[in-house]
Amino acid sequence: MKAERSSSYRDMQPLLKVENLVKRYAKRSLAGAREELSALDGLSFTILPGTTLAVVGESGSGKSTLGLCVACLEYPTSGSIWFEGRDIVELAEDERRRLRPQIQLIYQDPATSLNPRWNTLEILIEPFVLQRKFEHEEMKQRAYSLLERVGLSSEILGRPPAELSGGQRQRLAIARALALEPKLLILDEALSALDCSVQAQIANLLMELQSSLGMTYLFITHDLAMAAHLADEIAVMNRGRIVEQGPVEKILHQPQNETTRQLLAAVPRMTRTALPALDQ
Amino acid sequence: MRYLLRRLGHAFFLLVGVSILAFLFSTLAPGNYFDEMRLNPQIAPETVAALRAQYGFDKPLPARYASWVNSIIHGEMGFSFAYDSPVAPLLLVRARNTLLLTVTATLLAWAIALPLGIWSAERLGRLPDRLLSWGTAALLVIPDLALALGLLVFAVRTGWLPTGGMASVDFETFSTIHKLHDLALHMVLPVTALVLSALPLLVRHVRAAVADVLNAPFLLAAAGHGIPRRTLLYRYALPAAANPLISLFGFSIGTLLSGSLLIEVVMSWPGLGPILLEAILARDLYVVVGGIVFSTLFLVGGNLFADLVLYWADPRIRTESGAR
Amino acid sequence: MNSGGGWADTGRIMVSLLEIQDLQVSYRWREGVPRPALAGVSLSLLPGEVLGVLGESGSGKSTLAAAVVRLLPPNGHITGGAILFEGKDLLRSKPEELRQIRGARIALIFQEPSLALHPTMRAGEQVRQVLAAHGSPGKRALNERTRQVFAAVFPEEADRLSQSYPHQLSGGQRQRVLIAQAIACRPCVIIADEPTASLDPTTQMEILGLFRTLREKLGLAMIFITHNPALLVGFADRVLVLYGGRVVEWGPAATVLGSPRHPYTKALFQSIPQSFDESESRRKAKLPAIAGDSSLSSLPREGCCFEPRCAERMAICRGREPALVNVSETHKVSCYKYES
Repeated sequence: MKAERSSSYRDMQPLLKVENLVKRYAKRSLAGAREELSALDGLSFTILPGTTLAVVGESGSGKSTLGLCVACLEYPTSGSIWFEGRDIVELAEDERRRLRPQIQLIYQDPATSLNPRWNTLEILIEPFVLQRKFEHEEMKQRAYSLLERVGLSSEILGRPPAELSGGQRQRLAIARALALEPKLLILDEALSALDCSVQAQIANLLMELQSSLGMTYLFITHDLAMAAHLADEIAVMNRGRIVEQGPVEKILHQPQNETTRQLLAAVPRMTRTALPALDQ
Repeated sequence: MRYLLRRLGHAFFLLVGVSILAFLFSTLAPGNYFDEMRLNPQIAPETVAALRAQYGFDKPLPARYASWVNSIIHGEMGFSFAYDSPVAPLLLVRARNTLLLTVTATLLAWAIALPLGIWSAERLGRLPDRLLSWGTAALLVIPDLALALGLLVFAVRTGWLPTGGMASVDFETFSTIHKLHDLALHMVLPVTALVLSALPLLVRHVRAAVADVLNAPFLLAAAGHGIPRRTLLYRYALPAAANPLISLFGFSIGTLLSGSLLIEVVMSWPGLGPILLEAILARDLYVVVGGIVFSTLFLVGGNLFADLVLYWADPRIRTESGAR
Repeated sequence: MNSGGGWADTGRIMVSLLEIQDLQVSYRWREGVPRPALAGVSLSLLPGEVLGVLGESGSGKSTLAAAVVRLLPPNGHITGGAILFEGKDLLRSKPEELRQIRGARIALIFQEPSLALHPTMRAGEQVRQVLAAHGSPGKRALNERTRQVFAAVFPEEADRLSQSYPHQLSGGQRQRVLIAQAIACRPCVIIADEPTASLDPTTQMEILGLFRTLREKLGLAMIFITHNPALLVGFADRVLVLYGGRVVEWGPAATVLGSPRHPYTKALFQSIPQSFDESESRRKAKLPAIAGDSSLSSLPREGCCFEPRCAERMAICRGREPALVNVSETHKVSCYKYES
């Protein structure tokens, strides 16, 4: 369990620092010409430990590619990604493998990221099995405590993912990610496929984990409203670049960039009068 | 276009590779055509040696391979010792006979398997479908040999059909119509055997492919738009289920020359099968190599054909291979 | 468009286009008892109105959409109720009658545009097929009509997009093709099941704008099914809230969205982050989420279906299912709190 964070953020080393990240894909068109697509075109940002950076943008803005690069699932064309002071782009493969457990990725669709043929227990203990550190009994105990951590009852251990609801599957994905005791969690549209009320539940879980475990989040989404609620800072992406970045208040109320304004305008809103009083 | 050229290039290299391997293994296998002659005391060893030199058996392997390739360019594909003639015309005649059988059988098998598979997929899990599954399973289990022999027995017992061969004894004296009739009668048994042995696999694949598609959301959506059942089946379901079936069809084409060997031998049909068998037993080297290369040609050609049809039929493959 | 009235008991009678009375649908799984997905849903759709159906997973919203056009999966059975449309009960109609109604009179827009389109048929052809299925005026007229329909949903590049395959189109474009298929035969009712669920916010706005335009131009009546109440603001005329296969609240959009009465509706709206109107201290605060989940298996068999998760539950809620009562002339709620 991580200790509580001190409140003097300014003195802290950033957990993640991305500098000039570039990722290009080669595309060969039918005419034979080679085109290069720049998915990421020189990104730079930092995330302080225990905070949440939300990256918002439309599809095609490159935000998913960013998530893949930071999670070491894609190799950037150029630029550096500093994690706890070390550049993970420059690392050798076995060093990188040792680093991977500390950065975990949660996907949008839990149905496709969880093995449909396994039951919950097998999915949960898979990270332990791969590490080969624990006995079966201890793995089971850890599985139980992980379930408790994310608010799932242990009766689902025997069930395959298909029998769980969307919210339960996403909690399971989070539990599995937590098994490796990561420092950084990348959430790639992790809430987008869920119902509104379930999004609130998972959002609460994430915030609770952040305050008790000191988790750091890179929250990738196109839902600006949820991003604004969960994040400390927001970065707006368009066509592979960060067009605006800053604290949530500033982005929401004083947007400078056209993309940001468009995104703000596009958020479906209940009007103020629709909000019932909290203590009814 | 680049796709086509690339595939043709692959096919060519494959053929060359197979021909080298066939040549290698055939010559490396112990014994050769002249061994029998050598054992025959009536033939002088000098004659055997002279024959061997004449056919270039004393030259090293690569040289012999080179001269074989040379003979292909001249349209001869080597020389058959047993038949005392260039291999190419020999094989071509036999190949024609084989194709007569297999093309008919393949077309017939597909013509039966498609509607049957679709019909079965529509009634998935219900009694008619289950009966069909048992039937195809039974057919699958019965060995081809047993089928062929069973059909022969049937022909013998009833006397309705000729029991083997391709033509009756006095074939040449028949009128054209009579010739065709005679040919057709001779074809019934082998074609039936081939169809029965190919049918179970085809039906199962068609059924699986169509059943998969029948559950797809786009079919439900189309039904929601009021598309009539017939259109749904033939214009929506079948094209979407086509991919695995096209590959299977390519495989069917690929085995056009090689798949009927057993049936041909059992039913004395003068096709590629029996001559290949003879040649192997007699160590008639060039016939063996020629036969193998011919069959491989069809196999590779069949696969290429299937890939090209897939490329044409599925727009997703087109854009994928173009924009890689 | 004011459609506040509509029921016989108010004295202002408007004939409803589509009326669903007490619809009950269950699914039969291999093990165990059949589970009811819809346990008596009634609604009416007036001409030209947009009825928003608000429901999350397990509420039965997709079952409702499929049941209206009788396209339930093989293990789904309609066990009771009636669906009245153009003077007929659709539950008693013959298959050929239903086929003629589907797409031509009642059109369904499915979820997931990437799955609802045929993968190897061009977009224009898919629309043309819908037209061809309902009357064949000849090849040229068919092509012309297809072109018109495409131009209605794609203001630019209609011809190029019409020749494209689904995998070459973006999510928003695919959704427009689905809409084109739906409006092709000028139906009077469109049922849209989460049409914007997988789309970006700006694309979402465009599609909603398209719906508005089409509604004005074609006078469509629409049932708009969604789980996000914010989408219905300023768009729906009336809103119906579905939970556990039952209608728990319905009424004019402004009332239901503005001052909801049912505990579920209230809790649902509270759990949506309203960051733009929040003060800074409310950031990263715990959202008042509804505990538990709404899946079919966790619904109680007796009593109010929301009772296990309700913050305002009472002892009586566990006994019998509450009936729909009037909170106002046009606003009904199914909750014991309002039963006099």
